[in-house]
Amino acid sequence: MEAARYIISRLAQSLFALLCIITITFFLARLAPGGPFLEERAVPPHLMELMNAKYGFDRPLPVQYALYLGSLLKGDLGPSFGNKGFSVNEIIAEGFPISFFLGISGLVIALVIGVPIGIFAATKRNTGVDYSLMTIAMLGICLPTFVIAPLLGELLALKLGWFDVALWEGSTAWFLGALTLGLYYSAYIARLTRGSMLDVLNQDFIRTARAKGVAPVKVLFKHAFRGGISPVVAYLGPALAGLIGGSFVVETVFGLPGLGQHFIKAATNRDYWLINGTVTVFAVLILFTNFLVDVAQAWLDPRTRSRD
Amino acid sequence: MIRLRRPIKQGYVTDLPLFGLAWLCIVIAVVTSGCRKESKVDVATRDKILLLGNGSEPKALDPHIVSSVGDSNILRALFEGLVTNHPESAVIHEPGVAERWESNEDFTEWRFHLRKNARWSNGDPVTAHDFVYAYNRILAPEMAAPYSSMLYFLKNAEAFNRSEIEDFAEVGVKAENDHLLVCTLESPTPFFPDVVKHTTWLPVHRPTIEKFGSMTEAFTDWQKPGNHVSNGAFELEDWRINAVVKVRRNPYYWDAKTVKLNGINFYPIDNVFTEEKAFRNGLLHYTYVLPNNLTPIYRERNDPALHMQPFNGVYFYRCNTEQAPTDNADFRRALAYAINQKTIVEYITKGDQLPAYGFTPPTKGGYDPPHIIKHDPEKAREFLRKAGYESGTDVPEFTVIFNTLDAHKSIAVAIQDMWKRTLGIEKVRIENQEWKVYQQTVLDQRYDIARAAWIGDYIDPTTFLGMWRTGDSNNNTGWSNAEYDRKYAESFFIPDPEERFKVLREAETILLTEAPVLPIYWYTRVYLLHPDVQNWNSLLLDNIPYKYIDLKGAN
Repeated sequence: MEAARYIISRLAQSLFALLCIITITFFLARLAPGGPFLEERAVPPHLMELMNAKYGFDRPLPVQYALYLGSLLKGDLGPSFGNKGFSVNEIIAEGFPISFFLGISGLVIALVIGVPIGIFAATKRNTGVDYSLMTIAMLGICLPTFVIAPLLGELLALKLGWFDVALWEGSTAWFLGALTLGLYYSAYIARLTRGSMLDVLNQDFIRTARAKGVAPVKVLFKHAFRGGISPVVAYLGPALAGLIGGSFVVETVFGLPGLGQHFIKAATNRDYWLINGTVTVFAVLILFTNFLVDVAQAWLDPRTRSRD
Repeated sequence: MIRLRRPIKQGYVTDLPLFGLAWLCIVIAVVTSGCRKESKVDVATRDKILLLGNGSEPKALDPHIVSSVGDSNILRALFEGLVTNHPESAVIHEPGVAERWESNEDFTEWRFHLRKNARWSNGDPVTAHDFVYAYNRILAPEMAAPYSSMLYFLKNAEAFNRSEIEDFAEVGVKAENDHLLVCTLESPTPFFPDVVKHTTWLPVHRPTIEKFGSMTEAFTDWQKPGNHVSNGAFELEDWRINAVVKVRRNPYYWDAKTVKLNGINFYPIDNVFTEEKAFRNGLLHYTYVLPNNLTPIYRERNDPALHMQPFNGVYFYRCNTEQAPTDNADFRRALAYAINQKTIVEYITKGDQLPAYGFTPPTKGGYDPPHIIKHDPEKAREFLRKAGYESGTDVPEFTVIFNTLDAHKSIAVAIQDMWKRTLGIEKVRIENQEWKVYQQTVLDQRYDIARAAWIGDYIDPTTFLGMWRTGDSNNNTGWSNAEYDRKYAESFFIPDPEERFKVLREAETILLTEAPVLPIYWYTRVYLLHPDVQNWNSLLLDNIPYKYIDLKGAN
């Protein structure tokens, strides 16, 4: 009963946040100078008026807002002005799976690299190996993706010829994109894993296990791993949202047609409905993953619930 | 058998080699799968598929709602207009759907005789009615086509577009029969065949448009792969947003035997550095652009892929002629003569751009603008004194705005420095603005000096000079000169091209002397082209007719 109430209140919070985000985005986009029909070559004023009328931009802003919310409830995100002939729904349907795929691949890479390094560093605590691994991880966090991505492209694609350097269809460039994202997050995960593994490894039950003569590998993986990895699991939700939402740079560098590119281009094109649409998708994604994490944590640790 | 237990060391991980092995497997798998003998371009050359970088994602594949150069590159493959582009010369007209055409004596009525074997990609014949329908569609006010003003050459087209007349029958375009299209014009236009090459004059397939909505609905599914019907050398095969537009050979095209390629893939790659890397990686036959800081590298090693060709565009600064200090023509002239265009071209743009001595780019075998603008520090200082300034330090502060881009910034900084050195003007601010903000600022004329560019729609000086008429929607400088307007209008009534150019040259002389604009350079197209690509000629409008392009491997 208490759990249900908690979930419902958390869900209500998320929905309220979503409404705020949609509202703020709607009005902020309209405040920016210029508009979707403004082109480098002037469009004659009578045509500008016609176009504004055609898409309802001549009505008062609150009316437009109400109409937008209405169509949003019906699941219609409106047309795109930057990609005429596609609706925002279609654009998101094409772009989101690609961003999602990139994000998931990045996450897998981040885990495959980050977790072993973290565990290894923990077992080598305070040795040269530990320090150098953690320094590399720190570097990985500090180096932005727009530096890493072109470097990976030059090295792995152009020098070594293992991958294609760009494009999506029939191309292997997506792996470089996923790798760039993965490397960045693997650094976080490595540090997170190391920290929590050290916590666990210092506890009494581990000492007991060791004293009983359990093999170190078994101690590490049977006794310590589960406890040590749980903060990483909690981090996966926000990390996935960040990976999917933050893929703009790798999409641009490797020419991948994900949603991140639309996110930026919509803003520069004043493509109002696409701005609102992409922001809504990312907002839902972030709110949803956070919601899942919160619920999962509450389920794991009742203290979170009672504090709420 | 007794197994000896290995000594246990604190923190020793026995399975470490396992991790290593797993990683080695991944690396080997990647290396072996990555080893390709042939690049994508080699395969595509063999299959006769041309792989082109094409800048931004096309806004649409409907000729009535797009206007950008990138979009028209794709439209040119899909559609064919009445008159089309010659593979070797920008000034020769190549027959398209029209086999031949003639005009009356004063160039106000043009009769286009359509070939009988022209077909849509679904097999339907292309008729004069398709053109009438298309022009009705683009001019219909409910369509709100942003580029409909390109058709204002037709009699009553503007009035119809402005809803001043209701009946399209009054607009100057008629299908006399299936194969004769008659265009009646608002005023004499000797260069009309050049005008109809523009993508806004392309036909559309009525049954297809109306299958997916009404004539004037802009956002329908007719442009989607599988639905799209076109009449050019190619038809639409696939379109994935931000990924690729694929066209393949149109079997019904009347001149299909001339078409050498089996298809073209257009890749929208916004990032110019990514595009260059894709070319080096063997993923593209052609890059849409080459960033100016990479040009010297290709030039130094004499790379055969590097191409630089004149392009029908001008880079210039607009002056606001309605407020001080740029309201003074002598002051504007001083600014113009103080700009060392050669330095900008050599050290900043680096792509063989031409210092602009006029506004309209010169056409080989066509119009050459008057030679007026040049770098002349003495003259510049003289004009500054004439403008009433003892020295540059007396000039009030003014601002140069440009849309955010490194190249624009470098040029603005260089010009700021030139004005300071030559004229002693200290208080020049430079300011970048985001693209749409900049456009709005220029439109509202809330600037002192603004960076600008203009790409001609067709080969004729009127596409450059028309915008400086009083009140033209692209003028945006507040400049107005009755004599200029008169000469421009007069030019339309002169049948002899040489005589006509003479009058236009006189008009342009007024423009350059009054200097509401400071011309800086004439564009070139700088790009990379794979040696496999045949018959790709340098054209001033860069509108390569794809049907002549061939692909031949080196071996």
